Amino acid sequence: MTESAQDGEYDAWLDSIESDDGYYLECSNGHGWLPPRRVCPRCHDQDLSAVDLPESGEIASHTTITVPTPQFEDDAPYVTAIADFGPVSVTGLVRDVDPDDVTIGDVVGIDVGERVTTGDRAVVFRPR
Amino acid sequence: MSDPRIAGASVTQFGKHPERTGRDLFAEAGLEALSEAGIDPDDAEALYYGNFMGELAEHQGHQGPLMAEAIGLDVPATRVEAACASAGTAVREAVKTIRNGEAEVVVVGGAERMTNIGTAAATDALAIAADDLYEVRAGMTFPGAYALMARSYFDQYGGSHEDLAHVAVKNHEHALVNEHAQIQKEITVEDAMEAPTIASPLGLYDSCPITDGAAAAVLTTESYAEEHDLDAPVAITGTGQGGDNLALQDRPHLAQTPAADKAADEAYGDAGVGPDDVDFAEVHDCFTIAEVFAIESLGFYERGEGISAARNGETTRDGDRPINLSGGLKAKGHPVGATGVAQLATVAWLLDGSHPRADAVPDSTVGVAHNAGGTVASTTVHVMEVRE
Repeated sequence: MTESAQDGEYDAWLDSIESDDGYYLECSNGHGWLPPRRVCPRCHDQDLSAVDLPESGEIASHTTITVPTPQFEDDAPYVTAIADFGPVSVTGLVRDVDPDDVTIGDVVGIDVGERVTTGDRAVVFRPR
Repeated sequence: MSDPRIAGASVTQFGKHPERTGRDLFAEAGLEALSEAGIDPDDAEALYYGNFMGELAEHQGHQGPLMAEAIGLDVPATRVEAACASAGTAVREAVKTIRNGEAEVVVVGGAERMTNIGTAAATDALAIAADDLYEVRAGMTFPGAYALMARSYFDQYGGSHEDLAHVAVKNHEHALVNEHAQIQKEITVEDAMEAPTIASPLGLYDSCPITDGAAAAVLTTESYAEEHDLDAPVAITGTGQGGDNLALQDRPHLAQTPAADKAADEAYGDAGVGPDDVDFAEVHDCFTIAEVFAIESLGFYERGEGISAARNGETTRDGDRPINLSGGLKAKGHPVGATGVAQLATVAWLLDGSHPRADAVPDSTVGVAHNAGGTVASTTVHVMEVRE
């Protein structure tokens, strides 16, 4: 739920996706994460740097949700997916495709869209 | 170091009790467990209490002392929260307290009131066990999260929704004699396959119900049990806990549960047993696919092979290693913060012969309880053995 205060680096990251300038954080050993992160949870490296997020990812798994929470009541049915962008994966809503046609391996781009029910911002994926 | 004995345990009837407060549910279970144990309540030295969503369902935080009071105890009381593994984690704290010699009698339990807020609000409350920024805001529900894991499993290892239907059929059948169970209704594979979809590929019968209920157990030392001539033949001989990235997107594999692998390895090592020694298990089947992950992480099946266990009849009550003889979360119900202790109680009753499904595991000596939180970002595993 969006409050009046921003969620720091998370909202900044959404801004970057929205302006086609998306990034992720990478440690010295190549492990990728999304902000906010101060340390790599896999290797404890604190030297994290921003790296350009690849323009497209692949659907790693997906589900069509028909029983939503109240915050997604008018969105349902909708597709939530995890897309693999290489060093990082991202969770988002799949848009512009029939839910029955979404399959693992589909190539998608990442953007920021609006949730139907609340109008809040959300990560969305669209076929590329 | 003394392995804690289970001196007494109790669970309420699991089901829809929207009008019953959490404190009343826990009082029923806690008082009955104390009575079953046959100990002087003044000897109890601590309470560890599992609860997940009390703030959201009852507008009630700070439940430790509230629940101690509800069962008439004036003891240090600590609420433990690890989503659906809250009670299993509370058990682990109780085990450590007794092993450390800090207490001779500890009460452990948990309760959850859920149905009073309705399905939509309960779905919302459960979702907060996921990563709010990156998962919940992308529409993830708990059925949705396990659906992502299930689809990934099918993709990587094979299997189908029909295999999962056999898990549901099995657990419903197991619960038919369990008077504490929320659902005592036999279903067919066809029923499960034709049920409405909640989050594809998972349907209504892949999902445990929303449940009100409580569970409690009294743990004590071997010497206290002997001195007081208690009937407490079952000991907790191994405890393990593992963790993982909270968000699915941050894990290397969507179709594995390494937190449970770690918990199982630790618990087996602690008890000095291996998977082959285990006669039966109560595992965290919040969704049918979760039972598959559990029996693989517990080492009963290789990765990718657990999916056919129920269909092959290997985990049914007449199978080689029955899983979820209580009916599991699927049919028994899942009052989130109570589940880990309800599993502990079930395993103890199956080992001492007092459970209505104990006839499925006669002469069994080793049982396991596997309690998972979130999308298995927290897991506890406890090994229990008969120690006459």
